[in-house]
Amino acid sequence: MTIEIDNLRISFVGREVVKGVSFNVAKGASFGIVGESGSGKSTVLRAMAGLNNDWSGRIAFSGEDAPLFRPPAFFRKVQMVFQDPYGSLHPRQTIDRILSELPLVHGMDNIDDRIAKVLSAVALPQTARFRYPHQLSGGQRQRVAIARALIAEPEVLLLDEPTSALDVSVQAEILNLLADLRAERNLTYVMVSHNLSVITHLCTEVGVMIDGHMVEQVTAEDLRLGNVNHAHTRELRSLSVELEEPA
Amino acid sequence: MLVDIQNLKIGFKSRTGFHQAVKGVSLKLGTEKLGIVGESGSGKSLTARALMKLLPTQTVIEADKLEFDGIDIRSASEKQMRTIRGKRAGFILQDPKYSLNPVKTVGSQVAEAWRTHKGGSKRAALEAAINLLEMVKIRDPKKVAASYPHEVSGGMGQRVMIAMMLAPDPELLIADEPTSALDATVQAEILRLIEELVSERGMGLLLISHDLPLVSHFCDRVAVMYAGHVMEELKASDLLSAQHPYTRGLLNCMPSLMHPKERLPVLTRDPEWLK
Amino acid sequence: MNATFRNWALDENPSSRRQAAWGNWYRIWLNLRGNALGMIGLTIIAIFIGIAIFAPLLATHDPAMQDLGNRLAAPSALHWFGTDELGRDIYSRLLYGGRVTLGMVIAVVVLVAPIGLAIGCIAGYFGGIVDTILMRITDIFLAFPRLVLALAFVAALKPGVESAILAIALTAWPPYARMARAETLTVRGSDFIAAYRLTGGSSWRIIFRHIMPLCVPTLIVRVTLDMSSIIITAASLGFLGMGAQPPSPEWGAMIATAKRFIFEQWWVAAIPGIAIFCVSLAFNFLGDALRDVLDPKGN
Repeated sequence: MTIEIDNLRISFVGREVVKGVSFNVAKGASFGIVGESGSGKSTVLRAMAGLNNDWSGRIAFSGEDAPLFRPPAFFRKVQMVFQDPYGSLHPRQTIDRILSELPLVHGMDNIDDRIAKVLSAVALPQTARFRYPHQLSGGQRQRVAIARALIAEPEVLLLDEPTSALDVSVQAEILNLLADLRAERNLTYVMVSHNLSVITHLCTEVGVMIDGHMVEQVTAEDLRLGNVNHAHTRELRSLSVELEEPA
Repeated sequence: MLVDIQNLKIGFKSRTGFHQAVKGVSLKLGTEKLGIVGESGSGKSLTARALMKLLPTQTVIEADKLEFDGIDIRSASEKQMRTIRGKRAGFILQDPKYSLNPVKTVGSQVAEAWRTHKGGSKRAALEAAINLLEMVKIRDPKKVAASYPHEVSGGMGQRVMIAMMLAPDPELLIADEPTSALDATVQAEILRLIEELVSERGMGLLLISHDLPLVSHFCDRVAVMYAGHVMEELKASDLLSAQHPYTRGLLNCMPSLMHPKERLPVLTRDPEWLK
Repeated sequence: MNATFRNWALDENPSSRRQAAWGNWYRIWLNLRGNALGMIGLTIIAIFIGIAIFAPLLATHDPAMQDLGNRLAAPSALHWFGTDELGRDIYSRLLYGGRVTLGMVIAVVVLVAPIGLAIGCIAGYFGGIVDTILMRITDIFLAFPRLVLALAFVAALKPGVESAILAIALTAWPPYARMARAETLTVRGSDFIAAYRLTGGSSWRIIFRHIMPLCVPTLIVRVTLDMSSIIITAASLGFLGMGAQPPSPEWGAMIATAKRFIFEQWWVAAIPGIAIFCVSLAFNFLGDALRDVLDPKGN
């Protein structure tokens, strides 16, 4: 599924927070959006998912313009994983209930089978199925959140800082899982993060956002080599190079 | 020796039983910068809080030695602790939003901190507060002093917190994840500021963080904690030649911009480490 | 059998939805059992409900039978709690009165709680114009003095228990709506609700299946705290002749008519008073315990 974003503008109560962002993602590719808090990166992602209705411009999946209010079928194609695995699972529902919601809405068959399969796809034990979110670790919860997105059998996965609330050892497991899933299912990823290393690990192309503008689009390789133009990209890169390696 | 901890154990009683969170930690700190690094649940914050006696009363704390500048913390009274906390040792927390009073201006809060420890008139305190704000490299200290906490950014809020902590000229600064709520660009500035202030004033620094490489840039020594134990303590500059498999695992499993890896190595935990 | 059920329900790794649900309920029950005050409350309520149900078996007299020659008698072997101003047996009237009073309270709660919950959740979830309209209506009902509104309503209908129930319900729902709205506002922006929006399910589905259950524990506590004031309102209506009609016994009406003799024949008013007090207190205890127990993190 190709994704085209053209001159996307998003406002919150009269204040424009995304000021004309454009980018394209090829089918099966992974695109990263990096930026600091308030740069509008998560807002772009939420508008793509259909969680925000106050936008103008063009958001198109497979060449088809996405309407302001998405029909239910849209969510079989596009799913999202949120940042905080503690806040993205209903605190009073079992994992089973959380996972079966989308199949129930869409009248899918063999729900039990689907849940079992999706749990093993994210390497969770079947015994996790009837537990509550608070009985699971942060990494396990994020796996549940990924499973919830996968059960729709989507073509596009929108990832909003999927590892920034996790410990680094768990982050490695989740990043590996996301890489494997993309390869297995030919998924298209759009991932948002503030961490350049995480973004370049998973994405081949990166858009840099500051203050509602996407100031630069660069391949991960060029970013690595330092072939960048914008001052903000350079600053983020040098911080990453300097601080993410031990002294 | 500013801080001397020997065989510290911290546990919690709960309805279902007893949970030992810190299982025999020993640390020493002089006028130097020590980083305590570990993942969530490693007991790093608890260790620092035990040192300031900031844990809830039902916590069970045992130690062969738990001293701040020769004062035994275990037997210290609440009154004694008050002369240590905030006066001889400053504590900086993760999110300045929750540490500042939302209905008072930043300047008056710093001034109040200064007056509590140094006395003097309100006017003098406010001047001192503006000086302190200048010291933490706030460009327009007068303007910031007159603003309310919600009007300043996260990085600015953290600078204000640092200014408040500096008011009584403490000997030790404990910073518990001081920058994990901040953007990368601000994070580096704040850590640099803390490092400079600590070095200039000859203070001790206890920097608690989950980010091993980051901490190593701003500390002399690093203690790596896991599941309530100190796995390894080493000079920050020796981090790349760390011996312990946990330390090495933590470093290896991070993605890196400059050294891309096809697959991230996964950290396998060995129960042997905890013996 | 008991032990097998226990092991099956408390299995850390349940293998079916049914087992997980039973396990969850069983854990809630175990926690409730461990809560002394909650159990006291539950026991008292169970006893009173039992008394109300089996009133015909337990009563020693006909509650409506008058014996004017034996007015305002002190408690004795014949009349365990004495007699009232018409010589009727207070013990028997208390038992039958439980049916009316508890029935009214339960009817009001069953009527009011879901309405308040639904209005509050809908207003909170949709926000905007829906919120404004629903909440202004709520404000109008809140602004009226409770008893006056209830009186006007009963006066418009015919006086009686059913009208009293409707009247009290009409005045009792606004606080629940406000509370449910506040609770909804705190969760509607959360990521887990966003995730449910991404299933393509309707807003109604999200409100009724995912948001409402989150508001229920606070609602339960609030309802149990309101029980006593519902009983009092019912009593006030009864006293003004707008509630339960004589000779039907009702605890509030019993107190109201007895207040003339409160200094000389104190038991006439004290007995139903004690009953109201016990039931109110029991509901409060139970409500407090339920709030703790219904939080899955506590299990």
